[in-house]
Amino acid sequence: MSEHIAALSNIAAKYDNDPNRLLDILIDVQTQERCVTDDAARQLAREVGLSWADIHQTVSFYHLLSETPRGEYTIYLNNGPVAIMQGYEEVAAAFSEAAGCPINSVTEDGRIGIFATADMGMGDQEVAALINKVVFTCLTPEKARALVKDMQEGLSVQDMATKYGEYGDGNNSLPSIGSMVRNNIQKAGPVCFGPYEFGVALRKCVTLSPEEVLAKIKASKLRGRGGAGFPTGMKWELCAKAPGPERCVVANADEGEPGTFKDRVLLTERAELFFEGMAVCAYAVGASTGALYLRGEYTYLREYLEQVLDQMRADNLLGKDIAGKAGFDFDIRVQLGAGSYVCGEESALLESAEGKRGEPRNRPPFPAQSGYRAMPTVIDNVETLASAAQIIDKGAAWFSRMGTEESTGTKVLSISGDCDRPGIYEVEFGITLGELLDMAGAQNPQAVQVGGPSGRCLNAAEKDTPISFEGCPSAGAFLIIGTERDLLEIIDNFMAFFTDESCGSCSSCRAGTWMLRNTLRRIRQGQGTREDLTSMRQLSAVMQKTTKCGLGHTAPHPILNTMDNFPHLYEALIPERSDIRVFDLDASIKAANAAVGRTPVPEEKEEEQL
Amino acid sequence: MSETIETSSEIITLTIDGQEIQAAAGQTILQAAQKNGIYIPTLCALHATKENGLESDIAPGTCRICTVKVNGRTMAACTTPVAQGFVVENDTEELNDLRKTIVELLFVEGNHFCPSCEKSGSCDLQALAYRYQMLSPRFRYAFSSREVNAESPKLLFDRNRCILCRRCVLAIRTEDGKQLFGFTKRGDKSGIIMDEELVKNISEEQAQQAMHICPVGAIIRKEKGFDTPFGQRKYDQNPIGSETVCTTCNGEKS
Repeated sequence: MSEHIAALSNIAAKYDNDPNRLLDILIDVQTQERCVTDDAARQLAREVGLSWADIHQTVSFYHLLSETPRGEYTIYLNNGPVAIMQGYEEVAAAFSEAAGCPINSVTEDGRIGIFATADMGMGDQEVAALINKVVFTCLTPEKARALVKDMQEGLSVQDMATKYGEYGDGNNSLPSIGSMVRNNIQKAGPVCFGPYEFGVALRKCVTLSPEEVLAKIKASKLRGRGGAGFPTGMKWELCAKAPGPERCVVANADEGEPGTFKDRVLLTERAELFFEGMAVCAYAVGASTGALYLRGEYTYLREYLEQVLDQMRADNLLGKDIAGKAGFDFDIRVQLGAGSYVCGEESALLESAEGKRGEPRNRPPFPAQSGYRAMPTVIDNVETLASAAQIIDKGAAWFSRMGTEESTGTKVLSISGDCDRPGIYEVEFGITLGELLDMAGAQNPQAVQVGGPSGRCLNAAEKDTPISFEGCPSAGAFLIIGTERDLLEIIDNFMAFFTDESCGSCSSCRAGTWMLRNTLRRIRQGQGTREDLTSMRQLSAVMQKTTKCGLGHTAPHPILNTMDNFPHLYEALIPERSDIRVFDLDASIKAANAAVGRTPVPEEKEEEQL
Repeated sequence: MSETIETSSEIITLTIDGQEIQAAAGQTILQAAQKNGIYIPTLCALHATKENGLESDIAPGTCRICTVKVNGRTMAACTTPVAQGFVVENDTEELNDLRKTIVELLFVEGNHFCPSCEKSGSCDLQALAYRYQMLSPRFRYAFSSREVNAESPKLLFDRNRCILCRRCVLAIRTEDGKQLFGFTKRGDKSGIIMDEELVKNISEEQAQQAMHICPVGAIIRKEKGFDTPFGQRKYDQNPIGSETVCTTCNGEKS
């Protein structure tokens, strides 16, 4: 017992008992003890000077933290839309049967736990699972059974990974990553995957004044690649002008949008370019503190990223007097997330990085005024920062010649679903839906979910739709849904996702998401009415007008888009006489019998219904 | 979370529903409205008074019932600071319908049975349902399973009636500032938790405060729930919104 207490103390001490590092402390405790119990929470509360409630709030918020022990081997199996398309159900059944415990539980001996989890950024190689932070891709029922056997025999997770999958391509095969994950770069474009020489951008950057760097970024008309599309130069300028003794740059690598995996590949193959982008931003805004917020599912990249940072420090591209520029001091630390989609929202990300529940903040103040630990902060997407570094190296004109008038440059898309060539495509903005479908080899597309669940669901027939901020914006996901699929099943999956991932803080989002999900389910079961369609629209409007953050604003999109673009799907499900609420006496008696445990009514009693 | 609001002496002019009002820079739209006798409904934001024992106004920004339109865009009045020239719409059909919808959602999300509730007649949620003339919610009930905690000697905590506004989380603290209440989980599983150890030792005054600041009947001071008979309770006399400026403090912070 005392040993256990000492272990917790050591972990807290490693982070200087700093309550702002609570998330790191909890992740380490979870890794070591497989859970953060109430007792542990009480002890940690004392160590870091918080209340038990504070600790509990944070622990209970994140998917990868738990108050009860997870397995010695904990399998987080992705049940996102692409996984379901590629056979999630069969793989889940195989894991569950072989291990002898249902999904979302742990075997009696505590050895294996299996948990369904939201998309983990492997859309081009589903079904994927995370077993103790190691990624397993392209799973089949056979592989699942073999993996359980290995776990029962006590093999190390890394050994299991090398046994069943060869290392992936590119940097995935480096010892510091050593993962079976594949990059699947189908089309390398000129910006994020274009020619690049380590350190050039940053060395050029310091020959300019911060104002000149800002002017270049503004001239390029670069807009944020995370989805909202805010002009990057303007964001940097707001931060640069905000009063405060210290400024901060945070990279948002939380990509949790189901169907997006572009940041994963950028972090694997273009980490140097992207970190240089962070330093360029720091120089422009005068920041000395930097953090990369890396989603917990990408922990397997951490060691590699730390090595890149070390190399940059050794090359004087981070640290003090960067690139020989006196007074330009900036460094970056890696902050891990612990499984929560809403943390991709910038203010929620900041809360999370400060060790709290990842709940969006009330705004104003905006992060540029008061962000990470109240410092004026720039938060940018990985792709945005990588693009910024290239702009400094190759020029604003070079960049703005690509793309469209309002959407300059390129966009990295993660294409997955029903197509022959899933993977990463860096294309110029303005490319049409039809061109992308052809490129990816989509044979019979029905719909395309652009930008993930929070984006838009397009009818695949609208081939001329341009992918751009002014046309159809995309944060990166491009999920192709074939004609043979039940589209509303996928929409149902999206709504379940939002219901789980809403932070629960504001009432219209918390209640609105499950209400939409339930209503859709009722319709799918043939019990919907026309009133339900109206009520879903009304409710969606309320959410779009009243919720605190983007999650609530965009959560109704899948339903609204399919009601608009695929009305026949709903029409087919609404019974003809749905103006009258049907009362099925037999079904009601059966349900009542089931509820009180009476013997069911015999089947032959079925009578003609009204 | 913007819990407290700093104000300065700079004077700002704005309009709410066409009425020109003056406010101090740093005040929220809600505070400015209250000061000028304009009613904006709230369930989570709370003005500090002697009666509720708050030292400063709280605005968790969670209930969204105070949503107003500012220069055409919807915003929460309790967390948006005033700015020169703001044109605020508040008492409009569209916004009142939004508010009614939120009240309905809160009713179907929890398990609210007004006739048996100790807070009936002084419950803000019930009073708003009357104000917006909710007859029956247009949404189906969730029939969620919620726990009642009656372990603590002074407080009864009924999660069925909780609307997760977080007033208790922000307001009820130990002398050294530790939270007695917390927010657990997320999404449709979200809830309020009590630190039972700390709540066990709560003072009479704090128990009273906890019941008082809870806008619904989720936090009840044991054995005191029916001290005020039905018919003599807060909203039995005057409907919610009829008394905008707090009479005890006349709108001033105590």
